[in-house]
Amino acid sequence: MNFFQLPRNEYVTLGVFSLVVLTMPLWLQPLGAAYPGLMQQFAIFAIFAVGFNILFGLTGYLSFGHAAFLGVGSYTAVWSFKLLSMDVIPALIFAVLVAGIFALLIGYVSLRRSGIYFSILTLAFAQMSYNLAYSVLTPITNGETALQLAGSDPRVLDGLFASGTSSIISSPAILGSALGGIGGFYLCAVILLIVFFIAQKIFTSPFGMMLRAVKSNQTRLSYTGVNTRPYTLAAFVISGMYAGLAGGLLAVTDPLAGAERMQWTASGEVVLMTILGGVGTLIGPVVGAWLIKYMENIFSAYNERILQFYFDWMPDGVQDFAVTVTSKFVGEGWKLTEGLVFVLVVVFLPGGIMEGVRRIRSAVGNRRKNEEAPAKLSTSAAE
Amino acid sequence: MEANKNVVLHVADVHKNFGGLHALADIDLQVEEGRTHAIIGPNGAGKSTLLNVIIGRIPPTSGAVVFDGTVLTGKKPFEINQLGVSRVFQTPEIFADLPVLQNVMTPAFAKRDGAFKINLSTPLERESALREEAEAMLEDVGLVDRRHTTAGSLSRGDKRRLELAMCLIQKPRLLLLDEPTAGMSRHDTNTTIELLKKIKSRGMTKVIIEHDMHVVFSLADKISVLAGGRIIAEGLPSEVRGDPRVQEAYLGGTHQ
Repeated sequence: MNFFQLPRNEYVTLGVFSLVVLTMPLWLQPLGAAYPGLMQQFAIFAIFAVGFNILFGLTGYLSFGHAAFLGVGSYTAVWSFKLLSMDVIPALIFAVLVAGIFALLIGYVSLRRSGIYFSILTLAFAQMSYNLAYSVLTPITNGETALQLAGSDPRVLDGLFASGTSSIISSPAILGSALGGIGGFYLCAVILLIVFFIAQKIFTSPFGMMLRAVKSNQTRLSYTGVNTRPYTLAAFVISGMYAGLAGGLLAVTDPLAGAERMQWTASGEVVLMTILGGVGTLIGPVVGAWLIKYMENIFSAYNERILQFYFDWMPDGVQDFAVTVTSKFVGEGWKLTEGLVFVLVVVFLPGGIMEGVRRIRSAVGNRRKNEEAPAKLSTSAAE
Repeated sequence: MEANKNVVLHVADVHKNFGGLHALADIDLQVEEGRTHAIIGPNGAGKSTLLNVIIGRIPPTSGAVVFDGTVLTGKKPFEINQLGVSRVFQTPEIFADLPVLQNVMTPAFAKRDGAFKINLSTPLERESALREEAEAMLEDVGLVDRRHTTAGSLSRGDKRRLELAMCLIQKPRLLLLDEPTAGMSRHDTNTTIELLKKIKSRGMTKVIIEHDMHVVFSLADKISVLAGGRIIAEGLPSEVRGDPRVQEAYLGGTHQ
């Protein structure tokens, strides 16, 4: 079937990527990050960033309000748990759909402008959503305390099938079996692989080419007979649905939805992830998401005692100095590290980490060629 | 009498004022099918404004543009293109970030799939029919060897040729050319003239705005002379060449 067709090298990418994602519990072990909660975040924020990149990377429209869709996805999923069922499937379907509808409305208005005006409009809408969630719509969002599950939730569907056996709060389940930590990770991982494949389809399709053409030259595109508005809106809605899916999964792994998920810092974070990894590349946003989540969770946990242990081999005075300096970059100061890494990447690798990978690859390729050439000469000389 | 026979483009009584300035006045232009109609005139005569009115970039103050029985006035550029009108710009408008081949494939898709379609089914590289068509088009303009180059890194002359290829692959019924050889070397100009002559034999209607009289007299079947926003003379190249009003307008235009 046509739908599963990809260019050959993309199949390779998908294969390697699947392997990397599914073996996370193994290779994250030595990095100290192989616990389910963090791995779930790795998968979820990769979904968020991959989706964001469909809009920003392909069409060039920089949204500063995508956290709104993440938040909408979370609230929707929790409401689905409360009203319908603790099953994950309806929760995620509704999260994606409702986020899509939100994206359609916000995108329809925001996409009337481009450049910085578009960014400001999306930021304004996201802050509006945040404030609505935080204070105005407290009956729906439970405001400051965050939306939570309760024993008195109706759960209509569960009631129908379970014939009233358990009315106690259970945890999110998939088709009747409870998820748990590592199960939650594998659910997120499989969904990440599915949506990564969809992103690959978009990137390699004629639709993707049209989106890149939007970024390159809208004037030419409209004189080429293409109505650019629905293309940008489609990209906006798709990336909004990715964000909604990520938000839904956040609620699945921890059935709680708070307004802070929609704040502008959360919108800014996905921008950082995408730029850090490499705008417009498929893998880049994933790498960026993992790096930032790793720093956020691991570096922030470092304290002076751990540092002293690391610098134990140094002479006393030097050790104290090293600990004092580095302690500013870990623990609560991890944002400083994040900022530094970001500045260094943007200055030296404007195409993000993926550009670094590309440069190393071509440098290695050249060296190999150079090495082969003299080798041939010497063998012929030996003969 | 014979003029009404096969008129594809009719610019009917168009006026355009910018504030108090009469950029265009009483413009009435009829372009016959399969012909090359040149619009010449000194700087500031309103040539580009006229082209922008035709293509829907600027709305006229009054009057209308009719293409093959359809009123173009008030339509958006993409709608006008979908009716079969393509345009080459004075400074080439291309997709600078995309490879040359995709620059040509984009208009081919726009022609095949219409103004909007979420086409996800077949990967781009397996759309072999369109790809071959695009490569043949690039062959025609002499860019096929550079099909994997990023379009932005082409020379100015190559960018113009690329833009022409992007228009031609849509097989438009009407092609508007805004100084297609401006800034080109003599050699490139002659290549472009040859190319335009070649497509002339395919029966495409063309409206061309040009400064270079060499280009105009090599290509045009009919010439309209624009000066001060009005058409001051119109006719066959041989008639226009000897017209004293034309010479005066040109001399007046070059004096500054």
